[in-house]
Amino acid sequence: MSSGELQDLYQEVVLEHSKRPRNFRVVEGANRQAAGHNPLCGDQLSVTLKLEGDVIRDIGFQGQGCAISRASASLMTGAVKDHTRAEAEALFEKVHALVTEGPEAVDVDALGKLAVLSGVSEFPARVKCASLAWHTLRAALEGRDEAVSTE
Amino acid sequence: MSGFDVERVRRDFPILHQEVRGRPLVYLDSAATGQKPQAVIDAIVRFYQHDNANVHRGVHVLSERATEAYEGAREVVKDFLHARDSREIIFTRGTTEAINLVAQTYGRKHVGPGDEVLITQMEHHANIVPWRMLCDEKGATLRVIPVDDRGELVLDAVDALLTERTRILAVTHVSNALGTVNPVKELTRRAHAKGIPVLVDGAQSVTHFPVDVRDLGCDFYAFSGHKLFGPTGIGVLYGRLERLEPLPPYQGGGDMILSVTMEKVTYNRVPHRFEAGTQDLAGAVGLAAAIRYLEGLGLDALAEHDRALMAYATRALESVPGLTLVGTAREKVGVLSFTLEDIHPHDVGTILDREGICIRTGHHCAQPVMQHFKVPATARASLALYNTREDVDALVRGLHKVREVFA
Repeated sequence: MSSGELQDLYQEVVLEHSKRPRNFRVVEGANRQAAGHNPLCGDQLSVTLKLEGDVIRDIGFQGQGCAISRASASLMTGAVKDHTRAEAEALFEKVHALVTEGPEAVDVDALGKLAVLSGVSEFPARVKCASLAWHTLRAALEGRDEAVSTE
Repeated sequence: MSGFDVERVRRDFPILHQEVRGRPLVYLDSAATGQKPQAVIDAIVRFYQHDNANVHRGVHVLSERATEAYEGAREVVKDFLHARDSREIIFTRGTTEAINLVAQTYGRKHVGPGDEVLITQMEHHANIVPWRMLCDEKGATLRVIPVDDRGELVLDAVDALLTERTRILAVTHVSNALGTVNPVKELTRRAHAKGIPVLVDGAQSVTHFPVDVRDLGCDFYAFSGHKLFGPTGIGVLYGRLERLEPLPPYQGGGDMILSVTMEKVTYNRVPHRFEAGTQDLAGAVGLAAAIRYLEGLGLDALAEHDRALMAYATRALESVPGLTLVGTAREKVGVLSFTLEDIHPHDVGTILDREGICIRTGHHCAQPVMQHFKVPATARASLALYNTREDVDALVRGLHKVREVFA
């Protein structure tokens, strides 16, 4: 049973994104950015993005962290690109429900690739890892300069 | 390992006998907090069931008993540290409060603008932040003894860092992040040669080998009850009497005074001057029970067990492909910090947890030393008297599993 939960957490897609994260870069000409920090494990990442009107035209992230935080950040950049701020916010709500309450709590189909984060819900200590990038994205969209923290 | 029977010791620790995640519990996080023997649990229960009352003030029998138990605990600690006098033992909430006490009394009295406080690169945040706060308040400078790539202090740098402006040297006896045992006797000798007092953070040392504060010669020595297999919420500051006597109080309140009028307060004598308000009485009783328990096993036998297990664990971890030990000091106890390939320690910890193995991952409240080794975090397995070679073998199997998941 325990190894089944581990397989759910470290799904192939999660491991693949953590090893080869997408959009692992500083966006050129970015007009929004924010830094995020998880003081418990020392994870730090930054999100840069180019907002055109209400649409996220380009987004990248950099930093160091565990497999879960890197995979979540990588998947996030793919999921919110070319979407509006409101859509990104709505997606964060769904991801948050997914990683805290589990796949039963959300319409998994609406999450696309992000559904691979469902295993996190069995690991309460790892929820902050999965949500760090999203909190940082939210801070960037709100134009907050100070570093956000999961604490 | 004469006389030390680890299987018998394990039977004294009820928490160890359980399954977690469907596996037998393997507890390798004693540097964070130690588990409690039944003797400690019983002593606390007995205190509350039979002797509980407030101390130093009641005329009734329970207050007498509670006072006897509390002051008796002070005697036990005095003997444990080989202090001269039980007045040199101050009960605190833990190591952190003990260090803050020294910073706020000795430090505020003696550290002024342009003065220096000397610490080391490998300190726990508890032995950095109180001094940083003091230096910021006073316009003083915090100076740091560097660490080399083994995780040993660069002793050649020490003499130049002990200057005429240095008001105190604060150094850990054993690094919680690396396991390094520092030569605090030698450091004390060098500091005293220049008239500089020394505080030693003993949170990670008293659990692994006997400590004799008179032999070390240090002025202050701090440790926590909960790491010594006693309860949380209790700790100790040892201070040489001649250092403590001239110090102002730490916190104000009951029990730390001799008389109070609205115009004038006369402070109590040492150590009560530093123990404002009702202390953690049951905590002190539990700590004394922990010390008696350890002394019953024999502190030397315990140290030998720890040394042998540390050597075994070091060899075992070095056999894991891709594993790098962080901290390879020649004198090392209790702590094995490591990285495993480029797998984040947090992931290592999660996978081991599913195997029933408890380790610590992160920066271990020692970020400056992590920065020295250029890692944001490590995985840390820490050993105690109830750990066995089987625990180490389980850890090694778990690490192979981690490598499989990330293969």
